[in-house]
Parts: sequence; structure tokens; C-alpha cells
Amino acid sequence: VSFETYLLSRCKIDGAHTLSGYQEHDGYKALRKILTTPLSYADVIEEVKASGLRGRGGAGFPTGLKWSFMPDPEKDPRPRYLAVNADESEPGTCKDRVLMERDPHGLVEGSLIAAYAMRAQAVYIYVRGEYRLAYNRVAAAVEEARAANLVGQNILGTDYSCEVYMHKGAGAYICGEETGLMESLEGKRGHPRPKPPFPAGFGLWGNPTTVNNVESLFNVPFIINRGPNWFRSMGTEASAGNFLCGISGHLERPGVYELPFGLPASEILERFGGGVWKGRALKAWFPGGSSTGLMPADTIDTPMDHDSIKAQGSMFGTGAMIILDETACVVRASEVIARFYDHESCGQCSQCREGTQWLSQIFHRIENGQGTMADIDSLETLAKSMAPGRTICALSDAAAIPTLAVVKHFRAELEAHVNGKGCPQRAPALAEADA
Amino acid sequence: MTDTPNTPELPSALLSEFDRLVQNYPDARAALIPMLHRCQEELGGWISPETMEAVATYLQMEPVEVYGVTSFYPMFRLSPPGKHVVSICHNISCDLRGAQDIVRQVCELTGAKLKGTSPDGKFTVQTVECQGACANAPMFDLDGIYHEDLDAERVEKILGGVE
Repeated sequence: VSFETYLLSRCKIDGAHTLSGYQEHDGYKALRKILTTPLSYADVIEEVKASGLRGRGGAGFPTGLKWSFMPDPEKDPRPRYLAVNADESEPGTCKDRVLMERDPHGLVEGSLIAAYAMRAQAVYIYVRGEYRLAYNRVAAAVEEARAANLVGQNILGTDYSCEVYMHKGAGAYICGEETGLMESLEGKRGHPRPKPPFPAGFGLWGNPTTVNNVESLFNVPFIINRGPNWFRSMGTEASAGNFLCGISGHLERPGVYELPFGLPASEILERFGGGVWKGRALKAWFPGGSSTGLMPADTIDTPMDHDSIKAQGSMFGTGAMIILDETACVVRASEVIARFYDHESCGQCSQCREGTQWLSQIFHRIENGQGTMADIDSLETLAKSMAPGRTICALSDAAAIPTLAVVKHFRAELEAHVNGKGCPQRAPALAEADA
Repeated sequence: MTDTPNTPELPSALLSEFDRLVQNYPDARAALIPMLHRCQEELGGWISPETMEAVATYLQMEPVEVYGVTSFYPMFRLSPPGKHVVSICHNISCDLRGAQDIVRQVCELTGAKLKGTSPDGKFTVQTVECQGACANAPMFDLDGIYHEDLDAERVEKILGGVE
């Protein structure tokens, strides 16, 4: 099967991260098109709605629909904002980084078009603090664009004005949750807000705000240039276009690959990822980051799109596949992931604050040969008390879902740890200070 | 907070930088996290109580509010680090490709205990959560620069080249 690629088309070209390099490859053509045709705000939202673009940050929510939730400025004169979620931190996910480091103007252009459609006066690009090169590249792109009258007052001599500001996070997974991100951007602890009210009604500083992922916005100039029908010609009916598939773990060629939605995961693993490493067999895989339920090897032919993965009881998430070979210990993997959610819980909701800690302790105990059969039942009881929808945000669900998946698909392996008083795979223990 | 004669002061270069930074936001407090980053970069690699107090004064916040934010974010240090900081990712994709071996090797080579500083003060070694380098695992960040696709040989070479 051959397919068209566009997302990474400029990433391999030297100098494409500069304004001149970008402009040699259709750069800012879509922004010029909407401003000089001109396309109305409503037209831009309709184009994006018609394209079927779904958010690439994990939830898969339709982007155009999200934009349309912003209130009518005629009736609601408050300031309006676009916040760009560049706080990529779902374990396994490393795709937005590629776009920001190698093609930062694509993000700036997509953000300007989104801000135009939503009549937002300012864009805040919230980049996780560890992504120094990505931050510097996007910041340089914003400055170049400002100097070329593509950012700021009266862009390209039109009535459209929009400021773009860079903002650096400081390393908390929870700030990738959209209301946690807004709290953090306001200079507070990243404590997610109860919803409703939703960001479109009450966002940054209490004003209408939309939060979009980097890759989502990156798709927008392509949609404006080539049209919704072109976009819909790729991928599946319900998941249009291409996506960036980060694939990591036990495979020969880990990487970030641009693929249309709907390719079987097995084809992605074999054809792009070079297959499971060292000639070993597959044991299990995560379809879209550590928050999506672990799937057993016999599901590897599932097409990688939102509906197909959901039908298998997991989630597409960020499309970040993580591969576990036959020697891997799923209890050890669960221990590592549970430790992560325990570390990252913001502590507001008791189900999550306590639950993530318990899950972490129990997985650690089982992996280290001190677990009991009752512990396995506790994992299930605890996870069911943490999700779904029992807490302010989805971090609790993200810890609970993989736990339930492991108990469901790999109960025998948990029991083998309990009966054998330790890890049958003899996975090396975590360094003492790291457990 | 009111100004008192004892309020610690920030260097004037930082203050003028902050004067510009707060213009980016309708509420100056939004500049807090970027300000703390700059303080950490310029003032010894950590956020001291004096720094928090000075930042609080600047933003007209209570110092305890600044402490609340500083302590929430893993990138901010509340104690002085060694001359160099090695942050090793120990999340799932790196763990599957041997992050624990990297942790042990880095501790051995630097003489630092995990989450501690070597006796000569040269290296602080810590583990961190996913850094977004999953397709090039395992990895560590050395003083703000990513080093990816690590193996024992590369680790030895990288750390051996640190002054």
C-alpha cells in the first residue's frame, strides 16, 4: 500500500525551520489565502469541520467542532485566547517534538489560522520545559514571523491582528491536561479545574479559550491549502488524514512515522518498525501511550484508528505504540507506569491521590515476590473505584485503565508472580532509590 | 508582601528582563514559572528561599505561594545541585531498553548515589519521567542537552568528556 505524506514533508529538508526555508515549501500560503481571498471566520471553521480533523493530543475530539464552541464575540466581548498544548508528556509520545524542532513555522501558521477562525487576539504556546530545542526553534520562528509582519498588528496589511507568546512549563505531566495547562499558564500549580465550565466559556483568566495540540494545528494549513476532500481521501471515514505514529520499545527500528489512519498495527510494526527486535515474538503492546490499555499480542492486526482500537477495549490516545517482546514482564511494565501516575497525580482528588499510590505499591510488591492473591483483587477493586469519571480530570482513569487491562489480559502472569514469589522473567529490579 | 530593608534583591539584568516578560500577560503572576526558570538558570541552578522571597516581592505575592508553585514542578530544585546534572528517563519506553542499566552505570561512573550529588560536587544524578525521546531510548539529559540512543560505550564517552 502506498500513501501520500505531508506532515513530515519538510522535516527532512535542511533549513526548513527558517522562514525562508519554510516559504520555499508553501509556507504561510494558507494564511495568505484566508486573509487575501478573504475567507470568513465561519468559512475556516467549516473547512476544518468538513475535513474531519480530530485532535491529535489524545482525546480525538473533532477540531472544527471544538473551535465552534467559542462564543460569538458580538454577544461576548471578552478577550479570547488560543493556548497551544506543546506539553507533550504522555509516555511513549515524541511526535510534537519532531514538528517543533524541524518545522516550527508550520505550528505558527496553524496557530495563526486557528486564532483567526476563533477571533482570538493572542496565542500562548505552552512548551514543556525540557524541550529546550523545540522551544528555541518555535520562539525563533515567532520572531522571524513577527519581523515579516506575519505575527502582530495588521498581519500582511489586513485588519487581522494576533500576538503569539511563548511560555515554558516546568515538568509536570498534569499540565498536559487542558485545564491544568491553563492553571499553570496563569502561574499556579497545575491543578485541573472541574468542568463545566468548559474552556470556551471560562478559560485563561476566565475568558473564552481553546486549547489545541501541536499536531492538530499543524494539519490546518494543509487542509486550507488542499481542501477537506483531499484530507478525507486519506485515513478512514471516522479518522481522516495522516497521523504521526511514534513507535518505541522492543522493536528493530523505533521512530516517528507518518501514516494514514487505519493501517493494521502489525503492518506498522513490521513494515516501518522492522518487527520485534532480536527475532523475538510479540507479547503485548500499548496502542497510544501508557494511559491506553495494554493489549495482548493476538490483537496486533487491529487497524490503528480511533474506532478500531476502541472496539478492542483500548484507546487510540496519541498513537504512540509501545512494543513489549516475549521476554518482557508486564508486571514490571505496570510497576513503572503505576510509579509514574503516582508521581504525577496532582493530589486534588482522593481517589487519584491515594489510588495511584496504592497501585504503585501493589505492583511493586507483586513484582518483587511479596504479593498475594488478594493483591490482584485489590488492583481491580481500586482501579474500579478510580474510574471512569470519578475525579476532576482523566489522570485517575489513565492509571486505572492500564491496570484493569493487565488484570484482564495477564491475570495468569500476575498469579505466577504471586505463586513463584517473584518475577518469572527475572526482570532486573529497580535501583533501590528508584523504586 | 511589603518591601522591607531585608528583602533580598534580584540582579538588575533579571529585573529588567522580568519587566518585559510580564507585559506578555494580562496578569503579571502568569510570568511566575518562566521567571523561576530564569532565576534557576542565573542563580546557581536552584531556587533558594531568598530567590522565592524576591520573586514574591516582585509579583506582590506571598512567599509561601511562590514556594507552593516552585515545589509543584519537578524541574525546579529546592537545594543546590552539583556542577552538572544528569537526568535519566526511567519511564516505560526507556525502561524497556535498559534505563536501569544506564542508572547504575551513571551512578558508578560519577560516584553519585541516585538522587544525590557525587562527593566531589561534580555530578548530581536523578531519574525523571518521560522526556519525549521514546523513539531514541534510553536517554538522559545532561545540563539541558538530550543524549539519546544510549549504550554503555556512549555513556562512558559522554560523561568522560565532561569537565
